[in-house]
Amino acid sequence: MRGRVFDLFKRKKESEEKIEQGLTKTRQGFFGQIASLFEMDEITDDLWDDLEALLIQADLGVETTLEVVERTRSRVYSERIKKIEAAEAVLKEELVRILRLVGSGAGEPPQLAKPLHVILVTGVNGVGKTTSIAKLASYYKELGYRVVLGAGDTFRAAGVEQLKIWGERVGVPVVSHQTGADPGAVTFDAVQAALAREADVLILDTAGRLHTKYNLMEELKKLRRVVQRLVPDGPQEVLLVMDATTGQNGLLQARHFTEAVQVTGVMLAKLDGTAKGGIVFAIARDLGLPVQYVGTGEKLGDLAEFDPEGFVDALFE
Amino acid sequence: MFDNLSDRLRLVFNKLSGKGKLTEEDVDIALREVRQALLEADVNYKVTKEFMARVRERAIGAEVLQSLTPAQQVIKIVNEELIHLLGDGEAKLQFANTPPTVIMMVGLQGSGKTTTTAKLALLLRKQGHRPLLVAADTYRPAAVDQLETLGKQLGIPVYSEGTKANPVDIAAHALKRAHEVAHTVVILDTAGRLHINEEMMGELSRMKERISPNEILLVADAMTGQDAVRAAGEFNQKLGLTGLILTKLDGDARGGAALSIRSVTGVPVKYVGVGEKADALETFHPDRLASRILGMGDMLTLIEKAQVEFDEKRAKEMEKKVRSATFNLEDFLEQLQQVKKMGPLDQILEMIPGLGSAMRAQKATVSDNELKRIEAIIRSMTPLERTSPDIIKGSRRRRIADGSGTSVQDVNMLLNQFKQMQNLMRKMSRGRIPKNIAGMMNPF
Repeated sequence: MRGRVFDLFKRKKESEEKIEQGLTKTRQGFFGQIASLFEMDEITDDLWDDLEALLIQADLGVETTLEVVERTRSRVYSERIKKIEAAEAVLKEELVRILRLVGSGAGEPPQLAKPLHVILVTGVNGVGKTTSIAKLASYYKELGYRVVLGAGDTFRAAGVEQLKIWGERVGVPVVSHQTGADPGAVTFDAVQAALAREADVLILDTAGRLHTKYNLMEELKKLRRVVQRLVPDGPQEVLLVMDATTGQNGLLQARHFTEAVQVTGVMLAKLDGTAKGGIVFAIARDLGLPVQYVGTGEKLGDLAEFDPEGFVDALFE
Repeated sequence: MFDNLSDRLRLVFNKLSGKGKLTEEDVDIALREVRQALLEADVNYKVTKEFMARVRERAIGAEVLQSLTPAQQVIKIVNEELIHLLGDGEAKLQFANTPPTVIMMVGLQGSGKTTTTAKLALLLRKQGHRPLLVAADTYRPAAVDQLETLGKQLGIPVYSEGTKANPVDIAAHALKRAHEVAHTVVILDTAGRLHINEEMMGELSRMKERISPNEILLVADAMTGQDAVRAAGEFNQKLGLTGLILTKLDGDARGGAALSIRSVTGVPVKYVGVGEKADALETFHPDRLASRILGMGDMLTLIEKAQVEFDEKRAKEMEKKVRSATFNLEDFLEQLQQVKKMGPLDQILEMIPGLGSAMRAQKATVSDNELKRIEAIIRSMTPLERTSPDIIKGSRRRRIADGSGTSVQDVNMLLNQFKQMQNLMRKMSRGRIPKNIAGMMNPF
């Protein structure tokens, strides 16, 4: 037991390092420029314009950016802040405040429901759902849980095979049907199999779908209902995987998926590129959705728990 | 969340109209709205800045200042400049003088390369080419399977050497095979990669050197944000792109990334991906994307969408009924079913220029639940009531309300609205299109 607790702490440490690594590139990028902005001595009007430019280029969006800049500016003036470091601290606080509105417990491993914790993973096409599921499976397996995967992407050619290959690599069973099978039937079988095997966690893959496709969103709602037939309080988690390169459309994605299947958190994939993932600020601000995990690379271990404070801090260090 | 740009501009100029002559400062206020629209459409910040400088130069000229309809003039200038920047006219694929033509598909992970590769092969085969697909993505699990499956479905041969071989070798071998069996086009599906991964980018450079492709097409997701310029810029610098394919345009992303990529790399958009099916790849229309980026509605896409979903013969019959004003509730119900297939109602209405904002202005909301209620009411009518709604009097109304779980008021409202619609159709059938409707159809 004791070993487990230490493992958890170690894990947390590692994930902090990973989020750092993922963010190193970010820091050299736009946010790094913000940091260097604050290395100027005096607060001038140019500072606010530059700040606006940099936040927009980090995909925070016009509205969120204007709000952050305005709040920072008015606090800097009302608190009579003259030093640039103090202004930087205010900006950080304002950015953290947005992410903190939600998920104060983010960063903690979620409490697993009994008898079966069901995680439904959704998102638009090509965001990295299947890879993220593999990482999540590996994460839970290493914590000592029994994990089962459900291959619900029966639409894309070889979608099922892709998950099976990951299942083998992670060493967890994958419940699957043929490509073209009814995803509802696969989901039902997966839940049933996970219950029969007394698994702790079931992670359900789904086909990528644009949030504007009415029928596909209806199908997603149905998958949720199928889970509830066997696990009445499931799926306890609904994760929306989002590509860190996504622009302002990310907010629409989050809104529509939340309306359809009550998303509980965002998994921000591909943070190892040069994209900033700034759309999560708008998602937190407008929809109150927390970011739960970030994906920082192509390997199984490249998954980190999200910690709002650490996220913003790391941007400026 | 996103108001129609032309409405926003009209609002700005209306506020200014009391002061007489317009000044440069007035135009700047209006241009701020344009700038915001572009940024909200994910057009890169720096690209927006340059673009706005050009627009401003034209806008502060006589064109806008002396115009009676300055809002429309600004839109016109912005629209023209956008279309110009996106590329006037259609950009065609360059084919080799002696076949096979070699096309390399490159891009970030998840942009849709494999799907687009298959779509492009299908399109080229329809044009009389003999394509060979090459599975050069040996990294992503099951990527080779995916391309092979797609090839099988479409009846297009796929060259693969499994996942152990080197992608550069695979490409070279595939080219040799294409010569042997007289394929006219070779399309290579390469692995998705980050533009900052030097090793992976080096692999693409080596592949390019080895097979000298005629086209290197960057596949980019229409939902990409500000980072599009950086990724595309790197790909272009390392490989020398020849074109862009913008994918996932069937969603509601405004696609400003296309403008960013175009202005950073200078390469034209050659195709757009508009659906999950294999034939959902189209040639690019700069004017349509321009309206979309500006949030000006997309009538053409709406019409095309309708054409896909509606049965053409049935549509003609409907049109006849509308023209002869014999359109009844039964037909109305059928149309509702068709509309439902196209997607959520509010999104469909958003595509009609001016209508989305007109409805917002009147605080009118049309929800899909409302559609359901209308459907329930009509379904609670007898066939006779549906064809001749005039016979529906008091007791029938009560019965219909009870049967559909609605109230008599709801039934009344539906019947009244239907009557208005019939009147409108009668007028239209006499060739008179009411003014307010004609106005709605014209974005400028």
